Amino acid sequence: MSGYKRAFRKAFPYTIPVLTGYLFIGIAFGVMFAETGYSAGWAALMSLLVYAGSGQYLAVNFFTPGISFVQIVFMTLMVNVRHVFYGISLLEKFNKIGRKRWYMIFALTDETYSLLCTTKIPDDVEADKFLFLISILDQSYWILGSVIGAIAKSLLPINTEGIEFAMTALFVVIFVEQWMEAQNRIPAVIGLIAAILCRVLFGAGSFVLPAMLLMISCLFIGRRQLEHRVDQKKEESACH
Amino acid sequence: MPLSTIASLSIIFVVAVTTFITRVIPFLIFPPGKPIPKVVQYLGEVLTPAVIGMLVIYCLKEVTLFTGSHGVPELISVAVVIFLHIWKRNNLLSIGVGTVLYMFLIQKVF
Repeated sequence: MSGYKRAFRKAFPYTIPVLTGYLFIGIAFGVMFAETGYSAGWAALMSLLVYAGSGQYLAVNFFTPGISFVQIVFMTLMVNVRHVFYGISLLEKFNKIGRKRWYMIFALTDETYSLLCTTKIPDDVEADKFLFLISILDQSYWILGSVIGAIAKSLLPINTEGIEFAMTALFVVIFVEQWMEAQNRIPAVIGLIAAILCRVLFGAGSFVLPAMLLMISCLFIGRRQLEHRVDQKKEESACH
Repeated sequence: MPLSTIASLSIIFVVAVTTFITRVIPFLIFPPGKPIPKVVQYLGEVLTPAVIGMLVIYCLKEVTLFTGSHGVPELISVAVVIFLHIWKRNNLLSIGVGTVLYMFLIQKVF
């Protein structure tokens, strides 16, 4: 257990940005869900079992009479299809972790994915416990936020319009952090441009899949140059 | 509640399973012990910064340049977040100030 205590102390500070972001957008979800007539318990259940930011925002619309399961599956797949590609970055890290990895795969949201990929594991802590705690902490913030939102909605009228910007701000912050490492810049620009291009061409509702495919194609085409840069960077940091 | 308990639970269950499937696919294709091809390893390395770039745009996907507020509140707030973050490098500060500013802009100004 002492290993977990140490891992908790090390992991918690890294999760503070997600704590801020998830409280805000979790509250927004709770408020939206409460508006359709569901109490805090339902919001908590949803955040416990589904655990997806934009997926849950979308899912609020499913709770109307007459919607079909085919429609639900299809829309959920469309909004979450980007997750199919996330695991690729974490295969090596996760495959070293035992049964805990099944929870961590379940808990692989945009924010947790970004944290797990970009956080350097401190030397004096067990990697699997450290990463596992990041995942658990993030989900607990999400559940907490959605419960607060649902309760707040029933207690007092609050104008939460625009609160979802916390999610945007969180990714902008992670983007800036990533930008500080030079070898990330070309992939980052590829991601930005592919997304903007596809947003213009395909519209807000259906641009994510084409954007992911375009992005991956560009990363393949530029493989030789980009791989060279990554290797160079690795050699540099190995020398230090 | 607009639906019965059973119907509501079923919807949550279907959304949960569908979401999990999207997350688990790569781990089913490459289980532990199976060597990961070089090209997939490469993709794993460069994909993260690209995905984060895409997610920024994904969050801003409802912005329309030629109607409504022309994306001005978003532009101002994102610029403030970037500026604050480069200056102070404090996550809480950047996210907190950015969000409150954005809420103020769209509720009171635009």
